[in-house]
Amino acid sequence: MDYAAIVILEILYMIAFLTLISAGLAIVFGMMRVINLAHGEFVMLGGYATIAAAKAGINVYFAMLVISPIVVGIIGLVVERLIVRFLYGRMIDIMLATWGLSLLLIGLVTLIFGNTPVSVPTPIPGYQIGHYQMGGYNLFVIAVAVVLICAMWFTLRYTRVGLIARGAMQGREVVSALGYNPSLIYMLTFTVGAALSGLAGGVMAPLTGLLPSIGGAYIAKAFITVITGGAAVISGTLSTATLFGTVDQIVSFATTPVLGEIAMLALALVLLRLMPQGITGQFFRNST
Amino acid sequence: MTGAAFGIGRIHWNWLAALVIVLAALPLVSETNTPTLLAIWALFALSLALMWGYAGILSFGHAAYFGLGAYTYAIASFNIGESTVPVLLALIVPAVVAAIIGAMMFYGRISDVYLGVMTLVVTLILNRFMNATAGDAYKIGNARLGGFNGIPAFPTLNVPGEPNMEVYGTAYYYVVIVGLLLAYLIARWILASAFGRTLIGIRENELRMELLGYNVPAYKTAIFSVSGAMAGLAGCLFANWAEIVTPSVFSLGTTAEVLIWVIVGGLGTLIGPMIAAVALGSLKLELGHQTTVDNSLVLGAILILVVLLLPRGFAPSFVAWRRRFAQSQVHRRQARGTRRRRIALQEAKQ
Amino acid sequence: MSEPVVETQELAVRFGGVLAVDHVNFLLRERELRCLIGPNGAGKSTFFKSITGQIRGANASGRVLIRGQDVTGWSTHQIVRLGIGIKTQVPSVMNGLTVAENLWLSARRTAGHDGAEAAVDEVLAELELGAIARRPVGELAHGQRQLVEIGTVLANKPWLVLLDEPAAGLTNVETERLIAIIKRINQTATLIVVDHDMHFVRTLDSLITVFHQGAILVEGHAQKVLTDPSVREVYLGNRA
Repeated sequence: MDYAAIVILEILYMIAFLTLISAGLAIVFGMMRVINLAHGEFVMLGGYATIAAAKAGINVYFAMLVISPIVVGIIGLVVERLIVRFLYGRMIDIMLATWGLSLLLIGLVTLIFGNTPVSVPTPIPGYQIGHYQMGGYNLFVIAVAVVLICAMWFTLRYTRVGLIARGAMQGREVVSALGYNPSLIYMLTFTVGAALSGLAGGVMAPLTGLLPSIGGAYIAKAFITVITGGAAVISGTLSTATLFGTVDQIVSFATTPVLGEIAMLALALVLLRLMPQGITGQFFRNST
Repeated sequence: MTGAAFGIGRIHWNWLAALVIVLAALPLVSETNTPTLLAIWALFALSLALMWGYAGILSFGHAAYFGLGAYTYAIASFNIGESTVPVLLALIVPAVVAAIIGAMMFYGRISDVYLGVMTLVVTLILNRFMNATAGDAYKIGNARLGGFNGIPAFPTLNVPGEPNMEVYGTAYYYVVIVGLLLAYLIARWILASAFGRTLIGIRENELRMELLGYNVPAYKTAIFSVSGAMAGLAGCLFANWAEIVTPSVFSLGTTAEVLIWVIVGGLGTLIGPMIAAVALGSLKLELGHQTTVDNSLVLGAILILVVLLLPRGFAPSFVAWRRRFAQSQVHRRQARGTRRRRIALQEAKQ
Repeated sequence: MSEPVVETQELAVRFGGVLAVDHVNFLLRERELRCLIGPNGAGKSTFFKSITGQIRGANASGRVLIRGQDVTGWSTHQIVRLGIGIKTQVPSVMNGLTVAENLWLSARRTAGHDGAEAAVDEVLAELELGAIARRPVGELAHGQRQLVEIGTVLANKPWLVLLDEPAAGLTNVETERLIAIIKRINQTATLIVVDHDMHFVRTLDSLITVFHQGAILVEGHAQKVLTDPSVREVYLGNRA
């Protein structure tokens, strides 16, 4: 019974983790068909921002929930103005340019922070379930993911900003036709996407030692979660995060964590082959 | 269609001969360790340039076949002890795996972005798997896979049939150069053939080629497999050069580098990416000696700039120029011919 | 009575909830010239695509036979290899290659490596494309591109030619030329032409099949069909 509770919690945590790290990429992909291969580095930068702020004495929750999103949001804005805005519509070129950006950011961070891992302790203590010791911070991660998804869903469904955003998902012309400047909307979207990535990085920072190269681990998972999810930002990300999180954890518990990750990747391959439009391209077609 | 058709220029045999002479004489003036590595990288670039530039297939995970070639050689040579069969296997295994994955993608009409993603995922799977194979439980025959430490100290290349006559140093350099030249000539031969022309047509318009009766998925799978075999050869040669094989051969970094070489060198040519591999590879080795400027930073900046400013790389503008030059030559020759005929006519009248 | 060349039996194509082709029974005989017309959304193009293998699987039911051979479920390139040439609605050519190279790729499949050049020269002469043979197709005007595409269709000597909106975007002069070409093709091959241009269809003066809401409304000779009141109603709405 306790074991079941552990497994469920770990699955929920995995789903929350995937959702968090994919949210930023999902917005940018769902709205603008931009595949940002530097997304992992945005997450990494969020982590470094939190750790630097925490080490400077700022409250760690403030650092991860406020400072990281702002810092990475600004970086995203700069990136959009300097690189991405010239490449809209050219998906492959955007993938290549953002891959270059990811290398650039890794190089920069290595120069500034060096190659040794930095970390910050988890602010929430563990607790017991029966015979098992659970990390308490995982619950916080799950909570943040839930709040984030609800906020995103509410914004997209019930606010004017969300309406414009959903219009933009249909195409540039729709935005212009509504009387809004598409360039401005795209710029804001990319910035928000970056900010969310930074948030994810900040929240995850206490759980792992941070290295400049850690983005690689995030990008792979975020990538497959978003692409197999399809165009619908929220239902797409949620469905694949749930699917992958569950498969990953169940296989991990049954065998090893590595096999769990490989199972997730292999599943992604199968899904891509069978449903190239993503899960929400095939089912749930008119969801957000 | 002979000569300079389909956007493929003629081979300039005199330039090629000159290059061969230079390469052959190189060991007289310099060490061969670095040139060998650069030639291996050029071969790797060639494999992607052929597939991407001429068949239009962009793989975001070409390192998978490079790595498979390297690991296949290491594992096979550990078990067999003589290098001829392992080299052959290092060609066959990547070719077969590429054929399977290629068929799965192309017969499913996967292309563009989704192709990129799937090929990336394949490389990731291999990378993750190999990184986790530490311990005695993970071995194939005598060879322990070694996890992220990889497989060291496997028997390197020997003269076929003579397991005790090792090929290393300058002799190995010549082997690699010959391999590279052969691969280049084979690539050119493919491009000059009807198969190659068909691939170019497929790159230009898949639907039309299908409407003309060509089995497009079969063609794409075939070139994907050939390209995989070439990358596998590069991996095998790399294994022999490095004398150790680690999961980094499957890394995102490796796959990113070969993409950058092809883009910078020029999509749509073979020589461009090979030169870029040598140039950027040398740059990377030089940067490795110091810590002020980071290699990733430079490579990343180069990639961004090339995509923004020269989306097809440096060489295609050169190719377009060469085409215009060739056509102006044709016109000049025709004009000369016309002039001669006119003069002959006038003389005949008199 | 000449042999049936294309036959469909209860062919139906469904997209989501919409029945785009509604259990159509179609028959085309050797050396016919048939025009498919109908208002937008009538199902002509869908029908056209489904007989060439471009729509298969879950969406389609019924049978397609070509010269008696059941080709239901065959992939496009397999069907084409029976000797069929297809021109698409939007010109589908290799933009980065020259006119001659485009034609070569088509001719080579049937004429082999040796005969291909001769076949290319034949098509260049017949369609009067010699002057632009070495120009990249992407640089040509729309009318010329349509002509090049027809050239690629003809270069591998098909006995059945399917043209989807060949007159689209052509000037009157170009349309006259197209009509002459079509008549010439019809001397040796069977043709299906899908188009909207009524003047063009009328000048071709052939058998016409009128599609409406996914089914065949009327079939018959041009003069009869084009004056048929139900056809006018379908095109013009409920007007006298």
